[in-house]
Formats: sequence, C-alpha cells, structure tokens
Amino acid sequence: MSGQTVSADFSGHMLDLEEDEDLEVFSKNTSLADGSPVPNSPSSMINQYRLEEDTAEQQNGNTKDIFITVDDPESHVTAIETFIVYRVLTKTTRSEFDTSEYEVRRRYQDFLWLRSRLEESHPTLIIHPLPEKFVMRGMVERFNEDFIQTRRKALQRFLNKISEHPILSYCQSFKVFLTAQELTSHKKQGAGFLSRMGETMRAVANSVRGLRSRPAEFILMQEYVEAFGNKISSVDRVTQRIIREQREYLDELKQYSPTYTQWAGSEEELAEPLKSVASCVERCSKETEERIHHLSDVLLPVLHEYVLCAESLKAVMKRRDNIQAEFEVKNEALASKKVDQEALQEEVDGLADRVEQANNALKGDWSHWQNSMRTDLKSAFISTAEKNVEYYEKCLAVWESFLLSQKVEPSDDRNSGDVS
Amino acid sequence: MRVEEEAPLMMMADSEDVAVITNTDLTSAESESKIINTMVERETDLLRKIEINVAEAEKRTGKNTVNIQETYTVYLIETRPAESVPEGGTPAAPDSLWRRYSEFELLRTYLLVTYPYIIIPPLPEKRAEFMWHKLSADNLDPDFVERRRVGLENFLLRVASHPILSTDKIFFRFLTEEKGWREAVLETGFQDKADSRLKSLSAMFRVKNPDTRFTALKQYSDELNTVVSHLLRVRARVADRLYGVYKVHGNYGRVFSEWSAIEKEMGDGLQSAGHHMDTYAASIDDILEEEEHYADQLKEYLFYTDAVRSICRKHELIQYELEMAAQDLAHKKQQKEELVTGTVRIFSLKGMTSKLFGQESQEQRESRLAALGQSIQEGEEMVKEKNKECQEFMQAAWEDIERFKEQKDKDLREALISYAIMQISMCKKGIQVWSNAKECFNKM
Repeated sequence: MSGQTVSADFSGHMLDLEEDEDLEVFSKNTSLADGSPVPNSPSSMINQYRLEEDTAEQQNGNTKDIFITVDDPESHVTAIETFIVYRVLTKTTRSEFDTSEYEVRRRYQDFLWLRSRLEESHPTLIIHPLPEKFVMRGMVERFNEDFIQTRRKALQRFLNKISEHPILSYCQSFKVFLTAQELTSHKKQGAGFLSRMGETMRAVANSVRGLRSRPAEFILMQEYVEAFGNKISSVDRVTQRIIREQREYLDELKQYSPTYTQWAGSEEELAEPLKSVASCVERCSKETEERIHHLSDVLLPVLHEYVLCAESLKAVMKRRDNIQAEFEVKNEALASKKVDQEALQEEVDGLADRVEQANNALKGDWSHWQNSMRTDLKSAFISTAEKNVEYYEKCLAVWESFLLSQKVEPSDDRNSGDVS
Repeated sequence: MRVEEEAPLMMMADSEDVAVITNTDLTSAESESKIINTMVERETDLLRKIEINVAEAEKRTGKNTVNIQETYTVYLIETRPAESVPEGGTPAAPDSLWRRYSEFELLRTYLLVTYPYIIIPPLPEKRAEFMWHKLSADNLDPDFVERRRVGLENFLLRVASHPILSTDKIFFRFLTEEKGWREAVLETGFQDKADSRLKSLSAMFRVKNPDTRFTALKQYSDELNTVVSHLLRVRARVADRLYGVYKVHGNYGRVFSEWSAIEKEMGDGLQSAGHHMDTYAASIDDILEEEEHYADQLKEYLFYTDAVRSICRKHELIQYELEMAAQDLAHKKQQKEELVTGTVRIFSLKGMTSKLFGQESQEQRESRLAALGQSIQEGEEMVKEKNKECQEFMQAAWEDIERFKEQKDKDLREALISYAIMQISMCKKGIQVWSNAKECFNKM
C-alpha cells in the first residue's frame, strides 16, 4: 500500500486487515468499523484477559511462551558502509509460528523499522524505546566494545518487552521481524513515506488549532508524564554523577597499595602489617571496581531506558491528541451545513470510533506500562542496594581478616582494656 | 637493651607494661565531641605521681611584643595526683594553668638543646597540612584547635613517659608554674647553646668515618619521611574523593522525595529510601573526622623523622670535631718531627723565613719545640675529650634510638589496627544503610 494517497476513509488505513491479524484484540469493542463481528479467537480472549491482569504474572515463566535473545554482534563491511549485524534467536510454542525456533540476522535499522511499524499500527500503545542512534556522552564510537554490548542488551530488552505486550506481540510485523530471513521485501510494504508525511502534516495543523477539551484522565496522564520524565532524568543524571565520583575515588584509592608496599620495604617489624594493609586496600579497590560495573551495567541502562520511555510517552499522548483533534475538526465541519452531510457523517462516525479505540488502547496499556515500570525500576534499585551491601560486606571481611592476622579480636573496644 | 634497666626506679614485673590512657576527666557528653587520646605509654615516676591532660582550649586577645592586638589560643594543662579515688570519694580538683603554643615551642627547644642525644617528641603541626578539606586548614577552626589540643596532650604525655625527659625540672615547672616559668627557662642559658648548636647543625661538612649505624638510621629516617609524606598526600586525595561519592548520594534523597509525590504505589518506598540516602550522605562527615586521627598519628611520626635526623647530624658534628682534632694533632706532631730532624716536609712560615733569612738560633729552636710540645699535649687532651664525647653521645643516643624504634613499631602497628577498625565501622554503617534502603525498595 505504499505510495497510496491519503484517503478520506481513515478507517481503512487504521484497521489494516492485510497487515495486522491482531485487530480482533485492538479494543474490547468486538465489532469492526464496518459492522462485522470480530472473530473471537481464543488468543484474542486470552489477550483481553491479560490486559486486566497484573502484569507481574507475565514475568512468570509459566505464561511466557516466547523467548528471544539478541547476540553475536558481527561487523559487516560493504562498499558504502560498515555496520553491526546481530543474531536474533527466537524460541516459541505459539501456534501462529510455523516452527518452534527461528534464527535471523538483523541490524539496528531493522529494529527501527519494526518499531515504526508498530507505532503506525498502534499509535496510542506504549511501545518500549530502542537504544539511541548515537551516544553523545563519553565520546563512544560506534564500534567500541562496551557500546556494542550495551546496545545489544538494550535491543534484547526491547524485543522481550514487545513479546510481553498483550497486543504488540501478536503484530504481524513483529512476527515478520523475528522470522523472515530477508526483511527488505517486507519493508517495501505497508504504509509508506507519503502517508506518514500526511499524518505529520495533519498533526501539525491540528496542534496549531489546539484541542477543544482533553478528557480529565488524559490531562492527569500528561501531567504525570511530564513530571515522571523530569524525575527519571534527574535520577539518571545523579547515577551518572555517582559513577564518575566512584571512578575518581577508585583512581586515588589505587595509589594506596604501592605506597604501603614501598613503606614496608624500609621496615623490619612493621613490614608485615604494612604489606597486609597494602593487600587489604588492593582487595577493596577490586570490590569498588565491581561496584562501579554493577551501576553501569544494571542500574544505569534501566534508568536510561525509562528516560527514553518518558519521551515516547509524550509522543503517544500527542498522537492521541491528534486523533481527537482530527475528529473534532470534522465534527465541527458537520455543523456548518455547507457540506455533504451523509458522507461527512460517516467519516465523523469513523473518526469518533477511532478516538474511542485510541483512548481505550492507551488507557488499557497505561496500567500495563506503569506496572512494568514499577517492576523494572524496583528490581534495578533492589539489585543496586544488594550490590552495595555485598560491597561493604566484602570489605568488612577483608579488614577483619587483617585484624585477625594481627591477633586482635575484631570486636575489641579499643578505648579500654589492655593491648595483647 | 631494655629501657627499664637504665632507670632503676622503674620496677616492672611484666615487660608488657603498657597501658592505654584515656581522658578520664571528660564527661560522656564531652567525650562525644572530643577525640579520645589513646596513646600507648610507659609508666615513669612522674606519671605514677600525676596525671596530665590538656583539657580545654580558649581564644584570647592581647597585645603582643610589638604592641599589636592579636588573637591566639591558650590551652589548659591540668595535673592531678594519680592515686585512685576511694569508693564514694570525690576526685581532687586538678591544678591547672594556661599555656599557648609558643610556650610549648620554647619548652621543646629547651629540651632539644639540653638533651641532644635524645629524640625529642614533636609538637603537633603549626599549620594544618595534608588537609583534604580546605576549611579545616585555618588555625582558628574549631576542629583544628581540637586536634591540636590532643596533639599537645600527646606531646606532654610522651615527654612525661620518657625515662630521662620526665625527670627534667623545667618540664615539671612547665606543668605546674604558670608565672615565672619563662624566666626559669631562659635562666638555664640554653639559648646560648641553642644558637651555636643549631647553627652548626645546618652547616655543611664532610665526615670521614661516620658510625655505620647512624648512617643507616639517617637513610631510614629520610625514607620514612618521604613515604609517610606521600601516604598523607594520597590519604587526603582519597578522603576528598570519598566525600564526593557519599555526598552525591544525597541527591538521590532529594529526587526520590520529589518523585514519590507523583507516584501512588511506589511513593512510600521511594520516599523512605530517599531518607536512607540522606543518612548515607551525612555519614561521611563522622567517618572522615575519625580518619583525621589516623592521619595525625602518621604526622607525629613524620615530624619524629626530623628529630631522628637531627640526632644523626649531631653525631656527625661530634664525629667531625673529633676528626678535626685528630687531624690537627697529627699535623702538629708532623711539625715537631720536622723541627727535630730538620727536614721540611710541611710548609710553615717559620721554616720559610728561616730558609730565607738564615737559620734560627738554638734558643729559638728550643723555645719553638717547647711550644709545639705544649700544643701537642693540648691537642692530645682535645682528642681524648672529643673521643669521649663521641663515645658517650653514641652510647646515650643509641639507647634512646632503640627505645624509639620499639615505640615507633608499637605505635604505628596500633595506628594500622585502629585504621582497620575505622574501616570496619564504616563498612558496618554502609551495610546498615543499604539494607534499610533495600527494604524500602522492596516496598515499592
């Protein structure tokens, strides 16, 4: 359907039956825009059920029927460019898939394609963000080891998030992404550049006009999204700062051991305790290094993803607003009596449905997203706290072993009693 | 060589005769804010009679010697009888007097000059060095004053527990006589000795046969000075960075609090976790304050290296004087021999003039011989004297050096142990805070 000019019948565009077999679960409204009943497939009922359930259940291995890994980054060199290709491995028991295992190779651009397809099909669902195209901080180059690993993990998380989503995971584009050996032919299909352009232009026009009235719950949602975006960015910044400070601390700490060792070289009786202290400090340095790695590998990526989430949430809210605005424009035109009432009425009805579907989709997905966010951040913070406890426990053990080696009881109160 | 053998009045049954002295006069409220002096000491006659502490510090203003108004700090020295207080009895009120830092310096200079073969304990630093936190580098800063108070007390206790220094009358009067002490010190005339001694200490001279033990000691002292200075600098930088790490976590506290306001389920957990982050950030102040004490222990031995170095220099000076005297004697003997045999091997003005203006008379020759003989005799006396001085100095000094080495090994080992204990305490606090935070996150 590429190259199609923007038609007045938006419903045909929205309910893209050739592309998405999942539309029966698009909303709780079981009838399509054209009035025909929606086939109540078992999977659609399960998915509707899932929308209401606590998302924590989905993390449970029992309900998870699809497992995706992204690994094996490989450099691909062509005449024009160099890029990284990842292996995407899918294992599933779902009936929609022909076999239980798929292996394909994908590059970052392919992930971008997938996400934009999902966005097009479901403009008001909250889709997990992809890692950024470029990383500005730290001057990391694209083919740096750490960068590739960080990106790889984020891509894997992205696909798993999609696979856990009750609606998105049944999107045709998702299936195609996971299974098709060649994506290029699929990329040419689907709503193309021009229709996207048209949407954008309409969006701009509508935003200039402004919304008549946003429903209360979406006003609250908007406020929350703004505030959340602020706070999570702050937490992200604070965490980055902590990592920086820790690194500088570690650099200085590393000076201790050689200094104590050098001192031991001049001493006789004192040589042994000095060398012991040197080794203690060295072990503590290693633990500090571990602590820093944990922050960078576990907490920071999650925080960063939710910073991107906040941005994508704002985009979702904007799209919802646009859908409502489009309806309002046409609805107002209806009142002017200068136009073809019947045709316009049909269009307006279609748009009204679209608004309702969009709102319901967002409302449904909102609690799903909030639970997911809470689970992810909670687990990341807990992990960080655990790591810090572990860090201090290990350092404690190091120094207590030093005291034992000096034949001192660790629990001695140094301010009284004799020294043995 | 055990020090106890040299001080017959000290009867120690147990060679492990060390006791940890604490500031027993501090109330519990005071001891929370004041640093406990846990210096390890040996008991001397003096310490058996009295307890010494530097209890307080106070700011004073007054006109100085050039009639300019200045602010300075005075320290209260308290002494009280060392007998234990009977059950239900009240401890005797201490005698006390005020001294300022310059008076301590005067005392120390007196001791340096009067006991040149003893390693005199150092005073706490005049100005704060190796500081990680610029704020406490100010002499009038309460933390600096407090640490100096502890350092001065330490100095007095070290002198009081030295077998020889503790018997010094001027030292006793320093502790007990507020007025008149200054005159008493100056009356000893140590100033004169001070000038010449100190001048010669800084002079450059080459010693041909220094005692190898002293050469080795000087080298050790230089090494120790270098490495401890370096360690103190590293410590200051580490402390600075650690401060940064802890304080940044305070930002979590602020942000979590703000964030909790917009959340429903996560709100409580975030808010309380934030409080723990604030606690974590605040905990570094006490931790680093404690660590300052460790740095002070290192600094004391850094300053000790100066005292050790000056002992080595004194040895060199005496050795040099001995060598000069011996050389002078040899020169005179040579002159005599030449005079007797008539050969001129050594240039002398007399010899030259007699060559030029003719031989001298028998009378002149004999009077010259007699003068030389006298001179040689004096020279031999001088060499004997210098030799004795040298031997005595080496023996006395080496005794004190052995005592010092033992003290140093013990003290520094103690310091390392207390450093480990500090680290353990820091770790325990960290475990507590982060376990609490984890509980809060669990409630999210």
